[in-house]
Amino acid sequence: MEKQPLLVSSSPHLHCGMNTRDIMRDVVIALIPALVASVWLFGFRALAVEVVCVASAIATEYLSRLVMKRPQTVGDLSCVVTGLLLAFNLPVTIPLWQAAFGSVVAIAVAKQMFGGLGQNFVNPALVGRIVLMGSFPDAMNNWEVPLSWLGKADAVTGATPLALLGTEGAADIEPLQLLFGLRGGCLGETCVAALLLGGIYLVVRHVISPLIPVIYLATVFVLTWLLGSDPLVQVLSGGLMLGAVFMATDYATCPINKAGKVVYAIGCGLITVLIRMFGSLPEGVSFAIVIMNILSPLIERATKPRPFGAGKAVRS
Amino acid sequence: MFSTLIHKSRGGVHVPHRKHTAECETVVMPAPEKVLIAMSQHLGAPCIPLVKVGDTVEVGQMVGSSEVPVSAPIHSSVSGTVTALKELLLPAGRTTLALEITSDGENRVHSSVKPPIVNTQEEFIEAVRASGLVGLGGAGFPAHIKLNPKDRDTIDTLVINAAECEPYITTDYRECMENSWDIVSGVQTVMEFLGASRVVIAVERNKPAAIAELSRIAASVTVPGRTVTVKALPARYPQGAEKVLVAACTGRRIPVGGLPADVGCVVMNVTSVSVLSRYLKTGMPLVSRRVTVDGSAVEKPQNLQVALGTPIKDILAFVGLKKPVRKLLFGGPMMGLALMNDELPLLKQNNAILALAEEDVTEIPASTCIRCGRCVDACPMQLLPTSITKAYYAGNTDELKRLSTMNCMECGCCSFSCPAHRPILQTIRMAKDILRATK
Repeated sequence: MEKQPLLVSSSPHLHCGMNTRDIMRDVVIALIPALVASVWLFGFRALAVEVVCVASAIATEYLSRLVMKRPQTVGDLSCVVTGLLLAFNLPVTIPLWQAAFGSVVAIAVAKQMFGGLGQNFVNPALVGRIVLMGSFPDAMNNWEVPLSWLGKADAVTGATPLALLGTEGAADIEPLQLLFGLRGGCLGETCVAALLLGGIYLVVRHVISPLIPVIYLATVFVLTWLLGSDPLVQVLSGGLMLGAVFMATDYATCPINKAGKVVYAIGCGLITVLIRMFGSLPEGVSFAIVIMNILSPLIERATKPRPFGAGKAVRS
Repeated sequence: MFSTLIHKSRGGVHVPHRKHTAECETVVMPAPEKVLIAMSQHLGAPCIPLVKVGDTVEVGQMVGSSEVPVSAPIHSSVSGTVTALKELLLPAGRTTLALEITSDGENRVHSSVKPPIVNTQEEFIEAVRASGLVGLGGAGFPAHIKLNPKDRDTIDTLVINAAECEPYITTDYRECMENSWDIVSGVQTVMEFLGASRVVIAVERNKPAAIAELSRIAASVTVPGRTVTVKALPARYPQGAEKVLVAACTGRRIPVGGLPADVGCVVMNVTSVSVLSRYLKTGMPLVSRRVTVDGSAVEKPQNLQVALGTPIKDILAFVGLKKPVRKLLFGGPMMGLALMNDELPLLKQNNAILALAEEDVTEIPASTCIRCGRCVDACPMQLLPTSITKAYYAGNTDELKRLSTMNCMECGCCSFSCPAHRPILQTIRMAKDILRATK
């Protein structure tokens, strides 16, 4: 046996064994229940939108890195997560080329132009959604009634529960229906039960801390209750569960420290409620998260943890 | 309450224990043909050799000492002849002088080896110094400095560190199992001379046998007004780090840049206490120590009692290797130092030698930081490792100061938990070097 030279490196010489791809794969797994639900609720067109979004996200990531002459990062699966999340934020009727355009904007503009994974300052999927909302407002506001693809419903399109709240139609809203996604809305946002399942999986796998989703949802619940709305319906409707579990918890765009996460989640809840109750838009989750994304570095700076033993010596 | 809930993260990580040698009773390794006695085996000033090439030395004879207070004398571990004075590159990167002593195989004991007379505080500290004892847990801080704090009156607690939170290492565990009466007698002596009213012996929960044994002997200490308790701590790395340990045992938080004495505590390694009590009985200074030899390249992992200065290659030859060694460590895998060669001798503060084979040395290239915050959650000092590395790459020393970079104790939890495999601790070390240079 020939003697190899010894490897000298800095400690630690052990690693927990986890890598970035494992984390992203866990997020994809956590999104699968909602993906299945979207196909059940909206038919195979939903799957088509999802496939188009993911495929164009992967292609854009690959091409962006190629053009910028940077190492390939498709393998870390983060572009798959972004593509899926964008698809979940689109109505089933969206023209497929528009869905693909959203993915290109999300990956090329919001993510890669700012340096790629971990460097983006706002959630790429939400940027994609907001750009599509501004570019194609009609296509982005066309809500198909769930299960209409099976030919069971009377009407094919209808208003979302949030748009109904405050009108006489509000009385028809059943929280249990909302839990299982039997309402109009974006592909992945309606089935709250599936999203919760994914969220629990992420918490159990230590991919996310429950801090942001729990505080975000609690803030919306308390504020809408104080403002005289139905808090349960508020929490179960719109894109709130999708946003709280999968979008607000995006590593790159939320504060890294615990105290910062608390402030950030309260802010998300506050802005969501303000837009829903007082704004001209029925839903405010996307804007709330994007605004708080931008404030994240400032929050982080203001809530910097005090190092162990800083301040006066504690002697009990 | 709310602010403590969100500001105080628990920190630390779960490391694999790999305590394969826990039930391996200590085997005495015969002294080798040649030992290499380094003149710096402690924190502080290196010693000056007291013997020259050609001199005859005996076991326990002082062969190096220093006038500087923060230092510890060095003794010969064999009897024989000084055959060379070499320059030695230590794993931490400093060079030191080292005496090569060729053993005559007789292990004659030097005439100076006799039990010290200890009646007063001064005599006690002098005896501790003469024993050559340094912190045996890895840091190598001279014991006589530690046991002679400036404000002795404010010290009320002696914490005995038997946490042994590093994977693989079982030397302190074996001390608890094999020499518990030396531990109790050492604890009593130190407690008395320090004037501490309570002693907390801290052990991680994953060592129930040690907890039972230490509790049994702690119960035998009945000094009025003084208490000796055993505290079982969660098995969470770095439980044995001084600041973490003091907080876990007493609830006191050592200030930034401070010492345990600042919060009325003295922390001593459990083997150090035991060795001290044996020195007071026999007068034999620190010339050998127990070391865990383990790692995937080792044929039969075990605990050895080895003469200080024994070259690593002799120790590895004694235990046998089954695979080629790719990485050789002094100490545990979390904080241990990687060695450049196997010629280096065993030093006082080395509690383990780990010989890792290829399968344990997979180097995964670092990818970009995804800001997952695992390093922030893992940092027991509640620092922001991501921000520190960012400030380092930006060359922003003011920001490095604001981030309390010097408070990092280099436990390695950040790098251990980084999914992007970034060399976070290595970067923080470089940042600390910059701060030291600009001070």
